[in-house]
Order: sequence, then C-alpha cells, then structure tokens
Amino acid sequence: MTAELAVNIAWEPKIIAFCCQYCAYSAADMAGSMRLQYPTDVEIVLIPCTGRFDVILALRAMEKGADGVYVAGCLEGNCHFLDGNIRARKRVNFLKGELKNIGFEPERIEMFNLSASQGPRFAEIARDFTNRITELGPSPAKKVRNF
Amino acid sequence: MIIAERKPMEEIKGFVADKKKVCVIGCRGCVTVCNAGGTKEVEVLASLLRLDSSKNDSPLQVDEFTLERQCDPEYIDEVSHLMDKRYDAILSMACSIGPQFLSRRYPAERVYPVLNTCFLGGALAHGIWAEHCQACGNCIIHKFGGLCPISRCSKSLLNGPCGGSSGGKCEVSKEIDCVWQLIVEKILQEGKMDDFMKIDLVKDWRSSRDGGPRKIVRQELLK
Amino acid sequence: MSGNLKTQSNLEKILTSGNFAVTGELGPPRSARKSDVTEKAKHLVGNVDSVNVTDNQTAVVRMSSLAASLIAQQNGLEANMQMVCRDRNRIAMQSDILGAAALGINNLLILSGDHQTFGDHPEAKNVYDLDSINLIRALKNMRDEGRLMSGQEIPEDGRPKLFIGAAYNPFADPEDYRVIRAAKKVEAGVDFMQSQCIYDMARFRKFMAKAVEMGLTEKCYFLAGVTPLKSLGMAKYMKNNVPGITMPDSYIERLKGVAKDKQAEEGIKMASEQIQEFKEMKGISGVHLMLVEWEHMVPTIVKEAKLVPRPQL
Repeated sequence: MTAELAVNIAWEPKIIAFCCQYCAYSAADMAGSMRLQYPTDVEIVLIPCTGRFDVILALRAMEKGADGVYVAGCLEGNCHFLDGNIRARKRVNFLKGELKNIGFEPERIEMFNLSASQGPRFAEIARDFTNRITELGPSPAKKVRNF
Repeated sequence: MIIAERKPMEEIKGFVADKKKVCVIGCRGCVTVCNAGGTKEVEVLASLLRLDSSKNDSPLQVDEFTLERQCDPEYIDEVSHLMDKRYDAILSMACSIGPQFLSRRYPAERVYPVLNTCFLGGALAHGIWAEHCQACGNCIIHKFGGLCPISRCSKSLLNGPCGGSSGGKCEVSKEIDCVWQLIVEKILQEGKMDDFMKIDLVKDWRSSRDGGPRKIVRQELLK
Repeated sequence: MSGNLKTQSNLEKILTSGNFAVTGELGPPRSARKSDVTEKAKHLVGNVDSVNVTDNQTAVVRMSSLAASLIAQQNGLEANMQMVCRDRNRIAMQSDILGAAALGINNLLILSGDHQTFGDHPEAKNVYDLDSINLIRALKNMRDEGRLMSGQEIPEDGRPKLFIGAAYNPFADPEDYRVIRAAKKVEAGVDFMQSQCIYDMARFRKFMAKAVEMGLTEKCYFLAGVTPLKSLGMAKYMKNNVPGITMPDSYIERLKGVAKDKQAEEGIKMASEQIQEFKEMKGISGVHLMLVEWEHMVPTIVKEAKLVPRPQL
C-alpha cells in the first residue's frame, strides 16, 4: 500500500465553519435540537458577525490542517451590523484568488448565507460542503503528512 | 503617502524557490495605511508562503516581523537580531526604500522587494487609491484650482486639456478623470478665466527627477 | 494679418493673399520605403497648397516627419511638418526645428500628440517636457526674437523661418473651454490652425462665431478639417470610438439611405457640401483635407468641391 493511499483511506475531511452568532450559529443550535444529521467533520467557530471574519483566520486554520473552511453569515440585507456579511463575502472571494495563486483549489473556501430559523439549511450546507471537500480530497498541504 | 501593492504571488514564489528559511519584514508607515505591507499583510503573505511550501517535501520556514518604518536607520537597527545570515532571504514588505535601507545596513543579507511601489497618492475611499503627486519638487497646484496637472494629466500638460478629453475622461482610459476638465470647471466656477488666459510657465524639471537623484540637507537638524 | 510675409511658405502666401487655402495630409510609411511617400504625393501635387506630414501619428512608429517632409518637397509638394510633444524633449525639438528650417521646410504644425498607449509601443516612456502651447511660444521666439528657450541668441540669418501651425478641436470637452484653448494658442503665437474633422456643423458654427467675436480670426487663419466618410461603417465607428469627434445622426441616416457601393461617392458629396459652407463661413480661411490612406481620392474631392486649380503665387 502506498503512503498516499494509506493517507486517503484513513482520511476524513477536517472543516472549520466560522458562524455568525445571529444566524448560522443559532441555526446550528436548531439543527441540533431538531436532531438533524450533519457530518461531525465540521467544527464550528463562533464569531460575533461574519464581518469579524478575516483572511488570516482561514489561512491559520488551513495551516493547522483544515481541508476546507467556510463562513456562514446572515442573509444579505439582514446583517445585524448592516454589511458584515457583504464584507465577509469579499474577503472570501479574495482568499479564493490567493489559494489559487498557491495551487490550492479555491473551492476549499466558501461563503454561505442563512437565517437563524434555517436549521435544516444549516445541516444541508454542512453536508454539501463536506461532500465537496471529500471529493476534492485532502488539502494539498497534507500530502506529505507522516504517519 | 506612498502607495504600493504586493507583487504577483508567482514572482514572490520565485524569490523563495530555493530557500529554506525566510523572514518577511513589514513596515508600519505608508504601506500599512494602504494595506500593502503592514502587520496584517505580513501575516497573510507568510501564511500563504508556508501553505504553498507545505505541498513540498521540505516546507519553508517563514518568520514575520514588522518594524516601525523601513526608511529610517534607527528602526532598521531594530532588526539586527534577525540578521547575520539567520535567513536565506529577507522579504521586505515596504516601499522600495525599505529593501534598499535593509541591504545597505545589512550588506551580507539577500533582501528581496515584495511590494511594487506604485505612486504618491491618497485614498479616494477605503480600497481605492489614486495618484495625486509626482514629486516634481516645485508645487504649482494653486494655479490650477488646487489640482495637479503634472501627476494627474496623462501628458502633464500645463495648458490643457488636449483634444482627447471626452466627457470628463482622459483619452488614455475611461477610468481616468480628465484633470483638465476638473481644472477648467473650477476656474470657470471661480470666474478666474482671465488669469487663466495667460500662457503658463514652462516647467523647470530640474527640481524633479530630471535634475538627477535628489537630496535635502537641513543643517539645523544635523548633529 | 497681411503685410510682410514671415516666411517663404506657400501656404502663408495663399492665406495672406486672401485665397481660400487647401491643405492635405500625408502619413509616412511604417518602413524606409521612399516610394510610399512619392506615390501618395502624386495624388496631392497641384491639388493642395501644403501637405501635413504626420509625426508618428496615433503613436505608431513611422518614417520621421522630417524625412518624409523632405521627400514630399522633392516631389513637388510643400510640407507642413508636424511635431508632437510626446517623443522629444525641448532639446530635441529645438534641434529638429533648426534642422527642418535649414532643409527648407517652411511650415511646422505643433501638437500634443496621441498618448503612446494607443500606439504600437504602449510600453514606451513618454516625454511631454513641453506642451503644444509652450512649444508654439518657443518656436515663435526662435523665429521672431531669435532666441532659443535658453535665451541663447540665434544669428539673424540663422533663425528658423517657419509658418507656425497648430490644431484646434471644437468637439472635445469641456465645450465652453475649447475656444478659450484656441485663444491660448493664438496668444502663444500660432499663425494658422487646422481643426479635427468636422461633422457636427451646428456645434462648429457656434464655435466659429465665438472665435470671430473674440477676434481670434483676425490674428490667426482658421482652416476647417474635412474627412469624407467612406462608408456607413466608418461613420458608426467614428461616432462610437473616436474621442473628440461628434457625429450627428443625420450623417448616419443619409448614408443608410444609400446602397453600400455608392456610400463612398455619397461621402465625397457630403464633404463637398460642407466645403461649400466653409467657403462662406465667417472666419474660415481654408480647408484641411484629411484623407488618410485614401489619398487617391483627393483629386476627386477637390474637383467636386471646385477647389482646383490652385492659385500659383
């Protein structure tokens, strides 16, 4: 068995979700109380608003082994701080370009919008994104991981 | 202030291609204000370089440091602990003055410029910077409604606008405002057209770069 | 404006004697092929009083205007050598002026020049040491005061006796200011001015009325620029893509009503009608025919517009 194959068999994606406290984080809560299934590979980081999301947060997550990162904020027009989610989207788009520059798939970072009442939508996003990252495979940064 | 922007990633990757340990050094002066080379941009670049190299067998060590100003010897002295060949390359994230000062002070180091120094300008809005000065060394904007024809006219005309001015835009690009349209509007509004009829001075470029590299010495400030 | 002639220029003679002047245009080739100049010259000889020889027009490298001007003069034309401020500093410009005058060039037309981003060397560094108005003033001082820009005296018999031309554009923006800029060129010492190609006659009439009112036409000869439309496509292109040109819809409509193979003929007819109007227009002393890469049609248009034979003075 080659080392790479071994990695792939053992591999489960590690995903970090930066969730706004006003919407996505509450939606995650609701998904939990509704007992909706979503992948355990998603680790949620609470942020006060997606406006707090910064490029360096995603980069650090990826440096520490995340295979994918997403930012989940309020529906556009409904940001508690007016335009935090709009700014976050721009930063996500910027980071997509930077990832491409260093040979990483831009799809490893994404921005989603949802409201606090959309528990099922939260679970759906978590599933879809996990599927996306599973298809992409491990982060290019991990190709030489020692086991 | 000096407006700069980061070089394309490909070029920076070329600088570090054969290196094992590098240090990115930022500057808290102009390039922090124009979001090109401050602490934050240093962090992002360092992280991107580490991630990039993590695809390879031997990851690159990228350290970070941001100093007060790279155009001042007293601050350049502050990074001596990073020198003495501790790194294979120093990536200066300042305007081009920074890497020049670093390599002069630490001649044994291999210093690379990570930013392209673009122009002297100001922020029209957060995220938009525009050229407003060419450092010609002899300011005359008061004669032009407070607007600079040297830096803001594509042809530096002192008696504009040329025939290419159209709809308030420059013939070079629709993205460029015709500064002469703005000057004329201002002059017409102030009712100073008569002054304006005078054939304006011929520019003496000696005070500009054309007189050779410039230097200012102020005796009262010397030790 | 009449009285003693400032130069040996045929164009000056025509204008001061009160004749309606006709000037043409000749674009030098993008090579050293002399025959390209002589071929174009053939269509112009006898049909124009003087011919503008362009200086790397649209910022595309061509045979130098000085060399092409000389070739044109050796082939029976009087050159109106163009000089743009884009490519030379004041040292080179004054030097070329002295050289041109020494070689028998009588007219020099000064322009800012199209920015090099339009041309075939967009990566070039531009100069723009002087602007066109600065250069007009400098040339006038060289000719009339016998002084270089440095103040250095030019000996009496070595002054460049050049008839000084410039361009005026009534159609660029800001509209109210265009006549004032023309006035600045007159103030700087220009002898004659040729306009950008004119299609919007209403705006042009307005411009000229103002120029006459300001007394500019008493101090400088104004020539009206004419470029016949070759086709409907050309009219549309100029309307949409050429800065500083306004194209009224009536021109487009008129060409639309004509079969494709007759559009060039109609274009010539429209231009002749314009020329008739310019002949009557107060303050207009002649026309400047710009038939770029269409020089062979010059004989047709001057005939159609009854501009030939040209007076021999």
